Amino acid sequence: MSTNVVSATSAGPLAAAPHSPLRASAVRTLATARRVLTQLRHDPRTIALLLVVPCVLLVLLKYVFDGAPQVFDRTGAPLLGIFPLIVMFLVTSVATLRERSSGTLERLLTMPLAKLDLVLGYALAFGLLALLQAAIAFGLTLGPLGLHVSGPTWLLFVVAVGDGLLGTAMGLFVSAFAATEFQAVQFLPAFILPQFLLCGLFTPRESMATVLRWISDVMPLSYAVDAMTRLTREQGVSGLVGRDLAVVGGSAALALALGAVTLRRRTA
Amino acid sequence: MINYSAGPPTAPGSAAAPALEVRDLRVVRGGRTVLDDLHVDIAPGTVTGLLGPSGCGKTTLMRSIVGVQKTDGGEVRVLGRPAGHPSLRHRVGYVTQAPSVYADLSVAENLQYFAAVLGAPRSAIARVVGQVGLEGRERDLVARLSGGQRARVSLAAALLGAPDLLVLDEPTVGLDPVLRHELWELFHSLADAGATLLISSHVMDEASRCQHLLLMREGRIIADDTPAALLARTGAREIEEAFLALVAGADQTAKTAAAEPVKGNR
Repeated sequence: MSTNVVSATSAGPLAAAPHSPLRASAVRTLATARRVLTQLRHDPRTIALLLVVPCVLLVLLKYVFDGAPQVFDRTGAPLLGIFPLIVMFLVTSVATLRERSSGTLERLLTMPLAKLDLVLGYALAFGLLALLQAAIAFGLTLGPLGLHVSGPTWLLFVVAVGDGLLGTAMGLFVSAFAATEFQAVQFLPAFILPQFLLCGLFTPRESMATVLRWISDVMPLSYAVDAMTRLTREQGVSGLVGRDLAVVGGSAALALALGAVTLRRRTA
Repeated sequence: MINYSAGPPTAPGSAAAPALEVRDLRVVRGGRTVLDDLHVDIAPGTVTGLLGPSGCGKTTLMRSIVGVQKTDGGEVRVLGRPAGHPSLRHRVGYVTQAPSVYADLSVAENLQYFAAVLGAPRSAIARVVGQVGLEGRERDLVARLSGGQRARVSLAAALLGAPDLLVLDEPTVGLDPVLRHELWELFHSLADAGATLLISSHVMDEASRCQHLLLMREGRIIADDTPAALLARTGAREIEEAFLALVAGADQTAKTAAAEPVKGNR
């Protein structure tokens, strides 16, 4: 056990003075993302589940509606976005809850880490995973499963990644309200399933009762599904797809900002 | 309390401004007053022990000092600034009672992350691993370490930024005597280099290793003195005995106070 304290104290102030606050913030965000990814790397089964489960569900969907291929054509694209969203939502909310219960969150909040650095670090790490997940599910659905889309396929991919990011952002946000694992898991049926029912996948949004339509209009998942549906049916890119994507991206950004705001350095 | 500290207690031989000043601190949690009208001063470059039975409010006081506790009155100033001030986040190290490190990362991965957050140089990692005696365990997953080893990883993370104030909540629980001895030597060498340490414990035999002692009971400081002065005043041979004498004295005072008519109740 060495007691090299002289260098200990002299290294402090020097190291603690970052040149630019923005750069320091970027360093902390990237370090957080790297740390989250390293944690996942130590847990290969979770990565496998994250990547494989949406694919298995899409294969199931294809063969459940084997007799009516038009159903897969209609629902395949929206579900290509929704399955990753659900998976990312679950994983993110549990991951942040773990950060809270392990005491590391409290420790980090006594350190020079901005709350947004932490939230963005998580979003970046899980966003990368969402990208990978979307790429695999996308390749499977448009390749072997033979999903037919009229619009540009690259845009379909963009929307799928956006959906994964939205799931991550919403997971980060709601985890602020979960004190236990039981609560965190319940947020999936409480927060995602109503959106799932109202997103237009089961009934077209136009034919819903007015009140339901209003609720559907303020739920981000509706726009994720709208974008996918438009890309399936329409050739070329309409401005509406851009609007839908903007709503999905905006909702994700809002959820991340709220996630950072609802983090409290001081607790009772 | 009036019996034991007349006026603001200042550490002997230290004219410098206190590293830590707590004034009239009050914390209420779940309707229960955990800290009541607390006063504490700690001189820089000292090792202060915070002793008292479990549940007496030690952790709440420490959380107030590092700025993560909601307080209900009073003031806490750390290194001349209000507790929790952003500029203090580089200068205050906090080790919670339960090791707060990532169990699913290796020792080195944990320290690399905390070093990046603190802006500490990479060389700091090897230094702190040496300081807590975990050489050779850098690649081990924290989940596979023993309880005592995990506690030391948590301590190492707090040492990374070379903080000016170290707040350690029961850092030696579950460690063998040799290791405990080595850690106390480390704490003193850190203080000699200018750092201020506040270390809680409910093991009274660790008290003699501190330069200054705060004895706490039911949310109040019942003694604030050097170990030698405490022994002299109570006529006890050991700190544990002194503590029991002080508790008996405090209970006596409380009874007398309760018997008197209430006046000036805020």
